Amino acid sequence: MKTTHLLLATSALAMSAGAASAVDLTFVSWGGAYQESQLKAYAEPYMAAHPDVNIIWDESSAEAVAKLRAMNEAGNLTWDLVDVTVSDSMRLCDEGLARPIDGATELAAAPDGTDADTDFGATRVNECFVPQIVYSTTWGYRTDLVGDTPPTSVCDVFDLAKYPGKRAMQKRPIDNVEWALYCDGVAKEDIYSVLSTDEGVARAFAKLDTIKDQVVWWTAGAETPQLLADGEVVMGSTFNGRLFSAIAEQNQPIGMLWDMQSYDIDGWIVPTGLSPEKEAIVMDFLMFATDTQRLADQAKYISYGPARASSAPLVGKHEALGIEMAPHMPTDPANATNVLHYDYTWWADHRDDIDAKFQAWLAQ
Amino acid sequence: MTDHGAGDAFVLFERVQKSYDGETLVVKDLNLSIAKGEFLTMLGPSGSGKTTCLMMLAGFETATHGEIRLAGRPINNIPPHKRGIGMVFQNYALFPHMTIAENLAFPLEVRKMGKSEREEKVRRALDMVQMGKFGGRRPAQLSGGQQQRVALARALVFEPELVLMDEPLGALDKQLREHMQFEIKRIADGLGITVVYVTHDQTEALTMSDRVAVFNDGVIQQLAPPDKLYEEPENSFVAQFIGENNTLEGVVKEIRNGVALVELDDGELIDCKPVNVSRPGERTRVSIRPERVEMNKARLQPGAHTLKAEVLEFIYMGDIFRTRLRVAGNDEFVVKTRNAPDQRRMQPGEQIEIGWLPTDCRALDA
Amino acid sequence: MSETTHAGPMLAADGTPLKRSLARALRRQKLRALALIAPLLIFVLLTFVTPIVSMLWRSVENAIVPETLPLTVEALKDWDPTRGELPEEAVFAAMVTDLQAAVKAKTHTKLGTRLNYENPGISSLFRSTGRNVGKWDLAADGPFKEKLIEADKGWGDIEVWKTLQRYSGHYTAGYFLNAADLENTAEGIQLRPEEQRIYMTLFIRTMWMSLMITGSCLLLGYPVAWLLANLRASTSNVLMILVLLPFWTSLLVRTSAWKVLLQQQGVINDLLVWVGLVDDANRLVMINNQFGTIIAMTHILLPFMILPLYSVMKTIPPSYLRAAKSLGATNWTAFWRVYFPQSVPGIGAGSILVFILAIGYYITPELVGGTQGVFISNRIAFHISSSLNWGLAAALGTILLSLVLLLYYVYDKIVGIDNVKLG
Repeated sequence: MKTTHLLLATSALAMSAGAASAVDLTFVSWGGAYQESQLKAYAEPYMAAHPDVNIIWDESSAEAVAKLRAMNEAGNLTWDLVDVTVSDSMRLCDEGLARPIDGATELAAAPDGTDADTDFGATRVNECFVPQIVYSTTWGYRTDLVGDTPPTSVCDVFDLAKYPGKRAMQKRPIDNVEWALYCDGVAKEDIYSVLSTDEGVARAFAKLDTIKDQVVWWTAGAETPQLLADGEVVMGSTFNGRLFSAIAEQNQPIGMLWDMQSYDIDGWIVPTGLSPEKEAIVMDFLMFATDTQRLADQAKYISYGPARASSAPLVGKHEALGIEMAPHMPTDPANATNVLHYDYTWWADHRDDIDAKFQAWLAQ
Repeated sequence: MTDHGAGDAFVLFERVQKSYDGETLVVKDLNLSIAKGEFLTMLGPSGSGKTTCLMMLAGFETATHGEIRLAGRPINNIPPHKRGIGMVFQNYALFPHMTIAENLAFPLEVRKMGKSEREEKVRRALDMVQMGKFGGRRPAQLSGGQQQRVALARALVFEPELVLMDEPLGALDKQLREHMQFEIKRIADGLGITVVYVTHDQTEALTMSDRVAVFNDGVIQQLAPPDKLYEEPENSFVAQFIGENNTLEGVVKEIRNGVALVELDDGELIDCKPVNVSRPGERTRVSIRPERVEMNKARLQPGAHTLKAEVLEFIYMGDIFRTRLRVAGNDEFVVKTRNAPDQRRMQPGEQIEIGWLPTDCRALDA
Repeated sequence: MSETTHAGPMLAADGTPLKRSLARALRRQKLRALALIAPLLIFVLLTFVTPIVSMLWRSVENAIVPETLPLTVEALKDWDPTRGELPEEAVFAAMVTDLQAAVKAKTHTKLGTRLNYENPGISSLFRSTGRNVGKWDLAADGPFKEKLIEADKGWGDIEVWKTLQRYSGHYTAGYFLNAADLENTAEGIQLRPEEQRIYMTLFIRTMWMSLMITGSCLLLGYPVAWLLANLRASTSNVLMILVLLPFWTSLLVRTSAWKVLLQQQGVINDLLVWVGLVDDANRLVMINNQFGTIIAMTHILLPFMILPLYSVMKTIPPSYLRAAKSLGATNWTAFWRVYFPQSVPGIGAGSILVFILAIGYYITPELVGGTQGVFISNRIAFHISSSLNWGLAAALGTILLSLVLLLYYVYDKIVGIDNVKLG
């Protein structure tokens, strides 16, 4: 069944490729090392096998929802495959801007025959979203500026007496208010019910107030490694892959703090409204790029965990550095002892409200 | 008025030099004294150093060497605004954001003069140039001639003893320019002020000045009253620059009794007044004014040298006739004759003889 | 010639009235002129007027509610929220009918997002209900009041219905109220609670900091423009290249360079510590605050001040200053009374240019503004690309546009808009 489907898709592709010469596809991603890893692990092998397909990259994932909405309003779709975060995929799927994808027929099964939906498990958050990687927002610290007792808990961020100096935090409420409540004594499972009350929000901000004048707020993931490298901050949150490259590739004196790392997932969505020819190629690519081996391959270039369970054992060594990548994955059991699973649904409801309060709090 | 000793000079340039780049001199060793009440014009082609001299006097340029004195006082180190010299600029430089009256009041205001006195002086100055009705206008609302008058009034309103004018009539049309020449002269004489006037227009210089300093190449070529300058140019540059002039080239044969015998390049001989030639064998350039050439042989002195000439062109100009001749190989030899009843109109191709008084023919430097 | 001989209109040579003949001759010229500017006119209409009109429209537009829930909106008209009771069964039934259609059209979550701006929680209410409601049979499964509340207890919250009723019109002032830190409550329009007020602070800060930036651009740019206009051509050309150099460098690179210079472990602080002016423990905070924003933006916008100033100063002949000095004015008086007034049009043009660019800038404030140096445009960008609350972004944009027009008007009254020129 699956083989026939693959055959059909490939022959359709061959026919369309025979009819028209080269096909240009626009893939949207985040730029930087991450996009590079997608190029190396997925796009280049695919283009090598399909010389008629030419993939062009657009680094607009940060505005994916806004731009897809605008394209939809204007009736002029110029994107073919878009890399988005979970929360953005929810909005796009809800509004019908992303196409539902059938895990049983349109995605590759695991080598042992497990169907894709089971293999992806919880990471396949909605029917439009094809997960690629699990990444986390977590903390790094300057090993030479924290003395003999490096931080072991996220709550050390709030301990100015023990770890004086500036902290870099992302300029958004998500993660920060959760950490604040957790360190104010709220049990992990109660965080969102506490945050649902005005008192809970006030409590989170009150906790953040204790370090507010020591915080440098960042908006781009590259800022924290730079701030750490310059010695501008003692510790800072950012994406774990950024910290990995600062530590392993640039040999900066930085240590990782995995405690209460906040998981997020990145994956593909296919915009609705593609022409049938293009959709056939995009779906063929998607099946290829999200199979077990390809997801494991991506980990050769960047320290983000493959979203398929079956890929984890296949994670090998870093392409250039030759170090084992498994211990640097956020999903590695040693790193995942205490994880914050941030609640997409809750944030979908409360993001505007909390964000307004967060901005007002910042401006005070 | 021709001979001013340094002692009673109102303005004095002493061995003044000016260089902008440290390599060439724009003004070379200038010595000039100007008497109180004199109208002196600096005349010369552009780049001759005349404007630089004016700017040094005004204080906008500093002399590289030498000293400039005003009423006996060295002014090299006095900034322009303390020199008390009125100045009229080429494009008038009326302040466009002020009314005419405000423009005139400006020099009085910066001198902290009281309001009523100021207004009175402004009114009088405007009346002097017949611009009394225009005090409330802006410069842009006036014609060129009117702006000129206002610029003059502004330069005079604070009663300076010395007024500098830098080609003030350059932007006006011919008729207005001639009118303003007399106007400026009248006002300057009436107030008894000293004027240093810069122009490249020789007619203007001759019309207005007590004395004219002809500049070329950073040097004063001749400093003289207009009549003397025209009739007795001291070198061939002045002869060429002032008025129309015919030149013939040749070699001095002999100088005797104040008369130089010159052999022209085609071998003919003429008598001239030796001006800056001193010995036989020297090359010379002979200068004769077109109106001093005589074509009627009967009117020449007996025994005077004559030259053969061929008429090339005859132009009727109303008050005068202008005849172009070929003389001693020179095709541009011009003769001007008065349109008198007895004056014959020459035909091109006619062969005639011309001559002149030896005193009208000046043997100058080659 | 007397008037009486021409009682009728003046006639052209062929007997047609002169006025008509003239109009015809001119019309051809006008049409040709119009054809020549047509491409520009269409371009301006499409790229400038249309977006502005669309922005104004979006800031009040609310059609999604009545269009997605037509029956509910109609049914809710008679409901009196002040009695403190939930609406009747008819309203619930209308809601289920509307929701079924909306789920089919995939518009129910969009509506949820829209209403969520006014009442947090509605977004997931619509999403979760959407999953159930599709399976219900309209005829057989009633009554729906209990059924809906059972599906999601949010439907039992009277505030949800109040929000629905308040925002059921085709147009809404909600975005503007929000943009002005106001809210529409049962007691009428009120200021938001203090911990939610942000936009007025940002508007005032944007205006204030843009003025500071304009002022510092003027202070730094005026002497440079003067030098440019008065130096020898060869020297001023080199200077001009230096002035334009920032244009050739990426904005991000320039902003990052300022970070390297100004941060606490940065070049300037290192230098000050090394010289001994600043204690190592008390390094100056010069970035991620208003100071850093003003410095970085002044640097970026400086050419926009210098160029108009330069082109105006270039037209001021040096003879004016000389004339003033010859009339007895000191250097300062000559500058202040004669040169400066004539450079005012350049100051006006440069200041308007810099100010308007400054209030719309958001990349630099975002990168070096920290918490105290961000502008209203950062919030607009956030609502456009991140929170997707385009209505609020449009309302904020409209207010910003009105403020600029207001300032323009004030400028016109004080200085005069004809007193602005670019050369």
